[in-house]
Amino acid sequence: MPVINETLGQYSELFMLLAAGTYTVAFIAFAWDLAKSSKMLRAVDQKAAASTTDHKVSVAAGRVAPGLGGPDAGGPAGRAERPTSGLTVEGGTAAGDMKYAGERRAPARVAVALTVLGVLIHGAGVVTRAFGAGRVPWGNMYEFLTTGAFVAVAVFLVVLIRRDLRFLGTFVIGLAIIMLVAASAAFWTPVGHLVPALQSYWLIIHVSIAVLSSALFTLTFAMSVLQLLQSHRQKNLAAGRADKLGFMRLVPNALSLENLSYRINAIAFIGWTFTLMFGAIWAEKAWGRFWGWDPKEVWTFVIWVVYAGYLHARATRGWTGTRAAWLSIVGYACVIINFTLVNTVFNGLHSYSGL
Amino acid sequence: MSESVKAKKKSPAAENTADGKLQQAKSEAALPALGFKGMLRWSWTQLTSMRTALFLLLLLAVGAVPGSLFPQRPANPVVVTDWIRNNPTTGPFLDALQMFDVYSSAWFSAIYILLFISLIGCVTPRAIAHYKAMKSQPPRTPRRLSRLPEYGTLALPADAGIPASKAVTDAAGLLKKRGYRVEVRDVDGDLPSLGAERGFLKEVGNLVFHTSLIGVLVSVAIGGLFGYSGQRILVEGDTFVNTLVGYDQFTPGTNFQSSSLQPYSMQLDKFEATFDRGESPGKAGQPIDYTAEVTTKETPDAPGKKETLKVNDPVSLGGTSLYLTGNGYAPMVTIRDGEGNVSFEGPVIAKVQGDNYYSSVVIKVPDAKPEQLGFVGFFLPTAFVTETGTSFSASPELFNPQLSLNSFYGDLGLDKGVPQNVFELDVKDLKPLNARDLAAGGITLTPGATVDLPEGKGSITFDGVKKYIGVDIHHNPGQLYALIFGFLAVAGLVMSLYINRRRVWVRTGTHSDGRTMVEYGLLARGEDHRLAGEAAALREIFAREWNIPETPATPDTATTTAGSSSTSKDQ
Repeated sequence: MPVINETLGQYSELFMLLAAGTYTVAFIAFAWDLAKSSKMLRAVDQKAAASTTDHKVSVAAGRVAPGLGGPDAGGPAGRAERPTSGLTVEGGTAAGDMKYAGERRAPARVAVALTVLGVLIHGAGVVTRAFGAGRVPWGNMYEFLTTGAFVAVAVFLVVLIRRDLRFLGTFVIGLAIIMLVAASAAFWTPVGHLVPALQSYWLIIHVSIAVLSSALFTLTFAMSVLQLLQSHRQKNLAAGRADKLGFMRLVPNALSLENLSYRINAIAFIGWTFTLMFGAIWAEKAWGRFWGWDPKEVWTFVIWVVYAGYLHARATRGWTGTRAAWLSIVGYACVIINFTLVNTVFNGLHSYSGL
Repeated sequence: MSESVKAKKKSPAAENTADGKLQQAKSEAALPALGFKGMLRWSWTQLTSMRTALFLLLLLAVGAVPGSLFPQRPANPVVVTDWIRNNPTTGPFLDALQMFDVYSSAWFSAIYILLFISLIGCVTPRAIAHYKAMKSQPPRTPRRLSRLPEYGTLALPADAGIPASKAVTDAAGLLKKRGYRVEVRDVDGDLPSLGAERGFLKEVGNLVFHTSLIGVLVSVAIGGLFGYSGQRILVEGDTFVNTLVGYDQFTPGTNFQSSSLQPYSMQLDKFEATFDRGESPGKAGQPIDYTAEVTTKETPDAPGKKETLKVNDPVSLGGTSLYLTGNGYAPMVTIRDGEGNVSFEGPVIAKVQGDNYYSSVVIKVPDAKPEQLGFVGFFLPTAFVTETGTSFSASPELFNPQLSLNSFYGDLGLDKGVPQNVFELDVKDLKPLNARDLAAGGITLTPGATVDLPEGKGSITFDGVKKYIGVDIHHNPGQLYALIFGFLAVAGLVMSLYINRRRVWVRTGTHSDGRTMVEYGLLARGEDHRLAGEAAALREIFAREWNIPETPATPDTATTTAGSSSTSKDQ
């Protein structure tokens, strides 16, 4: 048995506190960014509205200036306008490709810098906890929450390298703060040894993949909520009604959100499939059966089925878009239930892992 | 049937039309009288449609939930009985709805059986269709390549000396190297062209994934048919022999035969439990380690083998696995009857009831004469008595072991042939001897102590404490197959999500000014956000092959656009 180092454990808690504080400032900066950029984009929109005709002409001009000359330059003629081409930025949504472009957003930069600082402190908290206990830092609910929040923010930052998802900042950082606060307030546990049932290398494999998949599901949950809001707003705008959700200007259009969250959900679904399978293998090792409909197993299965439904919904008429987004949200609700209610209220074999 | 095949996994646009036809066909078909055959056909189409499959899938998720809300018989039959007794109105009603046997209930079975039929009905025709597609040539070159989602043109200067026919065969070679299946058309015509396709493994993966799910289900069924499981409590020194009488509790599979039990044996030599002695704050008494030293024999005559049995580390023997699932203390007692004879001697399993191994003890002594004796009480590994007189266990370790018992005499009722729970003593027909409210008081024993029972009924001696373990024995012939199918399913899933099925067409021609013109178009089948990346890559290898200085692609391929998964570049 490794030796428990309480001092490191106390340092870890201090780091968690500092990380939560840093995240709170980052959260404010992200919110400020949404509000400020919303104002700025509105101004741009108004300007654009004043020169709509020019804009159209320039688009048209762009279209007849291909690299090798027009259709007469050779090859069979008949270039048609494709549904996917052209500038389809609809009234007041950010670019759908979610690439970094355009104006420098000072508050957003501050927010990201603070998030990086926060995640470093948070990481120090997770690592000191691990060394304090001499094992992986996910042996109880407190550790699962603090490590899970760390992974969620880290994944968010990694995605930020390639895609401008800063509009998600308030959601992701907000969720991370909630997780840290819940961990400290409701599930606080001092550093300690693992109970024999958890002493297995499968704890490292099974739980780490579960944490990673949950972090990805957290991202897509935020995106699906935004997708619903944006699609509602787009409908309003198309109908010529007033824009009540001004802060959504910074958010890409609903379809882009749907496409990106589908891709992330696909990765997370594979991760969840592994979570389920490795959980089954571990269950066989620990309890002698790979599947026994324990509440945790039931809910892991329910989550798997809901996200499987989500993936299929994308190929089913009448189920794309809004309905798919709802499935993604329901799936995440199940993830939350699986973590909170199943560990605390339902009586099952995973009950020991909490509190 | 074929409609539903088409409707599955296509881009929404293409899917719309296929499903639209299906809808149309349905509404046309539903109106006139169908007849029996028509009705069957209609039901089959309905069942195997994507929408029904999705509905059943979500229903399966919803249907699984009650199993986590209510106690389940297979896992915990006693809790279910208690639950029904405590809820006399809702209990029987929920029981009638099979809420305590959710996963073997008629309705849950109906959902997953329908789902799997729907799955088979979907997978089979798709497999046939895909087999045909794999054997056929890429589709004919569309007249207007420019209508495809990805399109580009290249011009080869006249002095390069690459005629249209050579350009198309060059392109064919390059595409073949890239893994495309290529067919060249009209090489000697005015407008030679080629059709190419790749990514057939995407659909293969999809089919493997769904077929593997059926495999998992069949493996589970095999386990249920031919497997068995049981429990046995072993006190230190005890030996378990794998025969039916060796089990305390045995659950056979539907097709179980007792001849399939291999008569191996396992003896518990020693059990060691380690508890936290305050190393981590607030966690004193939490278990840290359980280790059982055992001696196993594959057959009765085989030499014994020393092994270690731990939680998460089962012992494999004779096609079964043995798991350490519980442990506790077994106080050793010697009981003499009224005639002075030893009528009971040995360990008594103390059933853990509360914190720190606060355990209940029941001793039945049917051999005692002239009257049978019974004892009920508690065992505390570290006895501690509060000021109010209630005793509790302060530690899981044996710092101050104590037995507190009440005694009874009379007919224990064991001779009536009615099975009794060994952990419960029915005192209704018994006369009390020792109890706190009687003159004789209760019995309190520390190791080595003996107490005489009142009225000369005998005596009881607390000889010491042994440890016992609970062992689960499982044999599941289906689980290896379930594992294999599980991994196949993941492999299929990854293939179907990350292999892209794409078609490429290239058409070449000679311009009136002598240049050789090349145009190409790409089409994705299904979700493919890397199509634009592929278009750019093709452009690059074409340009390199024909030494064309890199020029910006046509505006459409250069612009990444809003809202299109197929044109945003690979990340």
